[in-house]
Amino acid sequence: MVAYRIDRRSGVATYVQIVQQTKQALRLGLLMPGDKLPTAREVVEATAINPNTVLKAYRELEREGLVEARRGLGTFVRKSLGTAPADSPLRTELDAWAARAREAGLDRDDVAALFTAVLEKHFQGDPS
Amino acid sequence: MTDTALEAAALGKRFRRRWALRDCTFRLPAGRVCAVVGPNGAGKSTLLALAAGLLAPEDGTVTVLGTDPASARARVGYVAQDKPLYPQLTVAETLRTGADLNPGRWDAAAAERIAAGGDLDPKARVRSLSGGQRTRVALALALAKRPELLLLDEPMADLDPLARHELMGVLMVQAAQHGTTIVMSSHVVAELEGSCDHLLLIGDGRVRLAGEIDDLLAAHTRVSGPAQGSLGDHTVVESRTTGRQLTALIRPTGPLSDDWRASMPTLEELVLAHLRNPDAPALTPTQTPSPAESGSGAASGSASGSESESEETRA
Repeated sequence: MVAYRIDRRSGVATYVQIVQQTKQALRLGLLMPGDKLPTAREVVEATAINPNTVLKAYRELEREGLVEARRGLGTFVRKSLGTAPADSPLRTELDAWAARAREAGLDRDDVAALFTAVLEKHFQGDPS
Repeated sequence: MTDTALEAAALGKRFRRRWALRDCTFRLPAGRVCAVVGPNGAGKSTLLALAAGLLAPEDGTVTVLGTDPASARARVGYVAQDKPLYPQLTVAETLRTGADLNPGRWDAAAAERIAAGGDLDPKARVRSLSGGQRTRVALALALAKRPELLLLDEPMADLDPLARHELMGVLMVQAAQHGTTIVMSSHVVAELEGSCDHLLLIGDGRVRLAGEIDDLLAAHTRVSGPAQGSLGDHTVVESRTTGRQLTALIRPTGPLSDDWRASMPTLEELVLAHLRNPDAPALTPTQTPSPAESGSGAASGSASGSESESEETRA
């Protein structure tokens, strides 16, 4: 079971926070296939957020095939989330790129800003 | 049962010569949790009292659960700002009175559960309670009635942060379990953000914004760019120039040019920008010019559609 923590100052939509925290729990193995997510009633009682927000987050997770709603029973985890493999070719390329950026005289903040900008460009509008 | 919990058409209320509420038109679908936001004296309490049937309008109509406020009264819970209760009664007597006055609808277990949350002594007289405890008793009365529509005027004003969070949780459970439509007013936006999915912003007696909070946020963009930049024909709610930079809150009418850095406003920014700029055009998706030509609603519908499209391409 997960407990959601809603940060109202984060600027991230509340339903997205629930989606992200559920995925994080799936990645970390805190939630496994077959586990039940808290009911909307339980979430709103603890967090005082709007029930429709919880349902919207669960629908989003369901649409991505991560959970399934079973009528009258609740919402259950269908599959877990693997992390991106640490030794993938993509990682090697990124690693080399970061080294070149440093050689070119960029500092950590420059690189982070550049990376975020490119990330924004390519993943614009995608749910995170 | 209708799918509209509360609807106002050209609603107006005048106190002597001053209009407390004027030309107020909106529709609140059933099952929503609606924040009524605005500065003090904007007309929030007047609107709630009109919906509760405690005031009669000078102009227009208000429809509650598909009928007039008086006929809907058994299905509506209303808690006024000053939480009126009988001071000489004990808590237990107050709840018993609630049970007697609402035959067939009363949920005694719910009433006691809500009252018990605050360590309330059932034998204590209402007169001796703190402001927060009185709020709790008033909410217990309103919720135990199992209303379809709950009208709450500044419900959280007297509560400490802990009780506020807990009682907001109680209200949200009510909405989740029974599909209760909740309308609550506040002049503190942050208090309602997260709990509400619908917004009614009232400024100076008029509706400035009305609709689903997500839609309203998506219809607006906060932009910043060079001071000499042109915002073209986007609707500008507010704009400010600081040195070489211009920042503005706009309603995009199409794609934004690349000169502008765009971001999504917060609910508070949206509300404040509209209150600071009373001349900015209102945005109410249910703007129906007149009942006779309701077919022309398609025009406003397509306008809001293009707004959400531009949001998607931009986000």
